[in-house]
Amino acid sequence: MRIVLIVNSARREIDVDPEMPVLWALRDLLGLTGTKYGCGIGACGACTVLIDGRAKRSCRVTAAGANGKQIRTIESLGPEHLHPLQRAWIGHQVPQCGYCQSGMLMAAAALLARNPHPSDAEIDAAMTNICRCGSYPRVRAAIHAASQALRDAV
Amino acid sequence: MKRRSFILGGIGLGGALIVGWGVLPPRSRLGARDTLPFVEGAVSLNGWVRIAADGTVVVAVPRSEMGQGVYTALPMLVAEELEVPLAQVRVEQAPIDAIFGNVAVLVTGLPFHPDQDGSELVRASEWIVAKLGRELGLQVTGGSTSVRDAWRPMREAGAAAREMLIAAAAKHWGAAPAQCSISNGVVRHLDGRRVSLRDLIGELREVPLPAEVRLKAVQDFILIGKPAPRLDVPDKVTGRARFGIDVRLPGMLFAALRMCPTIGGTLRSVDPSPALAVPGVVRVSTLAAAAGGAPAVAVVANSWWTAKRALDRLRIEWDEGPNSGMSSDWLLARLRGALGAEDGFTFYERGNGEAALKRAVQLVEAEYRAPHLAHAALEPINCSARFADGRLAIWAPTQVPSVLRHVAARAAGIDADKVDLTVTLLGGGFGRRLEVDFVPQAVWLARDVAPAPVQLIWSREEDTRHDFYRPAAVAKMKGGLDANGGPLAWVTKSASDAIVPQYVKRTYPALAVETPDKTTIEGLFDQPYEFPHCHCAHVTHHSPVPIGFWRSVGHSHNAFFTECFIDELAYAARRDPLDFRRRLLAHHPRHHAVLDLAAAKAQWGRVGPGRAQGIALHESFGSIVAQVAEVSLAKGKIRVHRVVAAIDCGTVVNPEIVAQQMESGIVFGLTAALYGEITISGGRVEQLSFPQYRMLMLAETPRIETHLVRRDAPPGGVGEVGTPPIAPAVANAVFRLTGRRLRSLPLRLES
Repeated sequence: MRIVLIVNSARREIDVDPEMPVLWALRDLLGLTGTKYGCGIGACGACTVLIDGRAKRSCRVTAAGANGKQIRTIESLGPEHLHPLQRAWIGHQVPQCGYCQSGMLMAAAALLARNPHPSDAEIDAAMTNICRCGSYPRVRAAIHAASQALRDAV
Repeated sequence: MKRRSFILGGIGLGGALIVGWGVLPPRSRLGARDTLPFVEGAVSLNGWVRIAADGTVVVAVPRSEMGQGVYTALPMLVAEELEVPLAQVRVEQAPIDAIFGNVAVLVTGLPFHPDQDGSELVRASEWIVAKLGRELGLQVTGGSTSVRDAWRPMREAGAAAREMLIAAAAKHWGAAPAQCSISNGVVRHLDGRRVSLRDLIGELREVPLPAEVRLKAVQDFILIGKPAPRLDVPDKVTGRARFGIDVRLPGMLFAALRMCPTIGGTLRSVDPSPALAVPGVVRVSTLAAAAGGAPAVAVVANSWWTAKRALDRLRIEWDEGPNSGMSSDWLLARLRGALGAEDGFTFYERGNGEAALKRAVQLVEAEYRAPHLAHAALEPINCSARFADGRLAIWAPTQVPSVLRHVAARAAGIDADKVDLTVTLLGGGFGRRLEVDFVPQAVWLARDVAPAPVQLIWSREEDTRHDFYRPAAVAKMKGGLDANGGPLAWVTKSASDAIVPQYVKRTYPALAVETPDKTTIEGLFDQPYEFPHCHCAHVTHHSPVPIGFWRSVGHSHNAFFTECFIDELAYAARRDPLDFRRRLLAHHPRHHAVLDLAAAKAQWGRVGPGRAQGIALHESFGSIVAQVAEVSLAKGKIRVHRVVAAIDCGTVVNPEIVAQQMESGIVFGLTAALYGEITISGGRVEQLSFPQYRMLMLAETPRIETHLVRRDAPPGGVGEVGTPPIAPAVANAVFRLTGRRLRSLPLRLES
């Protein structure tokens, strides 16, 4: 089946099994490997992307379900220059192995897009991605820092 | 067998193989100009340092980056001596060569008690093992040894390269070397002239490697000891970082597999046709069990999802084999039976432990338990391989490049020098990627679809179900106190399976031998508390469950046994747990200092209502860590609010990474303490994915503070040492809060 995905603002037409999850379309068909496979059942969040602006676990969204929709991946979180979250991530030295961080950043981006100044409790509720290296305390600090940077920029 | 005769016997055997070898000087680890692969326009200065055509300093790092920061900490050692800023350095994964072998991992594996340091036996054993290690060239990232092992050779490589830069500059200007210097990456003449590294490449080809080098004094360090941003972080926030699963080659195929779910079972039959009918599927292969792994059926297709979906259509008949009745309860009963029936191997003896227990005024006894644990690295097991033109190319996230190459060559039936291995970034390792069970699978699949490259990815379910688990363990702890509540006797007997003999058997079967394994008892026999009488023995009990190295290995459960039991003794003596520990460390000033720092920073004894603190102290991998956990209960569940950690890891290379690793070790250990348990039923691992094998989430993560005790001693380990103390710190806090002593992991209040 021919499916159209708007990936990072570019129109991509692919011939694909309509049930193939967006995760594998991105990774194996479109060559975008920044989005990671961790569990395939939506439990870990490593595959988180933005679909029409909302954080979605791309292993649980079929290609057909995303037909015609806007998908944003880690590769274009800050296409021109780094997103405030990416800068905060560097400033707070968040990543260790780094495998979960694409999904972590996309989930954080969705959070700040709808709530630019989240509280600790709101961060706790929104950030349900698994990090096996234990970067959580730095994730929380970096989200606050990015939030502050957005506030300062206004 | 007495331990002393075992150690000497083992070393004597090694020495006897090579007559006269023992008196030769140890092999140099500086390497030669041709150790690193040739690069057009660049110049190699030794086995570790190359100046690229653009003047960038390329540092070969022989350890794998799995989050612990070696791609930053190790280049810092070279950059420090070379006098270049870290920003001028680029990391390259080292090739396989004996100079890159990890000597420290072997030396630190010797089963000595820390109080024996400096004795004749220890010194002689360490010397000969270090010498052996330099010949073996075992490239392994593990045992928190990366900085400890690299501490001398990588600084020496930097210093040697610096001498060559000076010599090249002297040649460039026709000046005396004394007139030339380098600082902050700039080579200068006394008269103020400068030359870039790029413009010295010609001269660098002609200057000789220095015969000897002088290392900087500690007080002259510019980089070492100060926080530096990690070199791998920028690519990890943009999606550019390439893990094993991200390898992409022209015409690449993808493989999914299912392994026999029953431990020790075999494949009976499979009809491949339902999978072959799926569009995009190229092939169905059956794979034999190898390198400790399980037999499997694999499907190769043009995308992984297609392969996986086709695999799900197969009806595979397994022969369950001899273990289909095995359960965790049955395994525990056998472990307890062995503990009761056997004396085990005595790793440490001081005075007469059993006799002293008989005259103790207070005798405390308790049984402690720990379950099997999976690693659950977030990047599932994967490996890419290609057979073409008589060579085998492999791309793998691995902690053991030299072992992997050996096993790949064996699986392929070719010589190791026909195997080209690229080590990628690792999406977590934690000891799981010391194993190479997936390598023969990838090699055979590559042979089946040659010359196309194939990427094998295990599903999360296969990854969880076919791990090499942290061994389950049981320990019988006995402690005796004198009339003043002071220490008299420490007697432990533990039982578990032993990892090292199993590991050798599955990787180098020709070398397999049953030896006492220090990892079974580390953290029990080598604890620092000053009991005049000690006796520590371990019973190795074989089970069919595959076991392996799990972050902090034996310390991961033995610290729980030791530090909870010390707490029990403190309460038996009616003393504050902190004061009790301090009294038992009169001759251990380093431990004392770490304990005091953690207690002071945590404001020991001052907590709000409904909360309690617990403390634990543990030495592992050459470093000492104390942690104070602040805990409350919410709806019957343990909630950890704050953890204050203090660490003495000798010389600190990058304090930012030390803090990061403490946080990492604590979250990893807390995950296991609160949730971690792999159970077996009907011979199968019951947990399949994260819903059943739960991970700590951000919302449950405590505030974590790390405080450093600064010392000029050589560096200790960092990557694993944060993990052991957290479970006992939390359990001790729970006891203080509830009066309930939890002696089994994971910590559960309900039962």
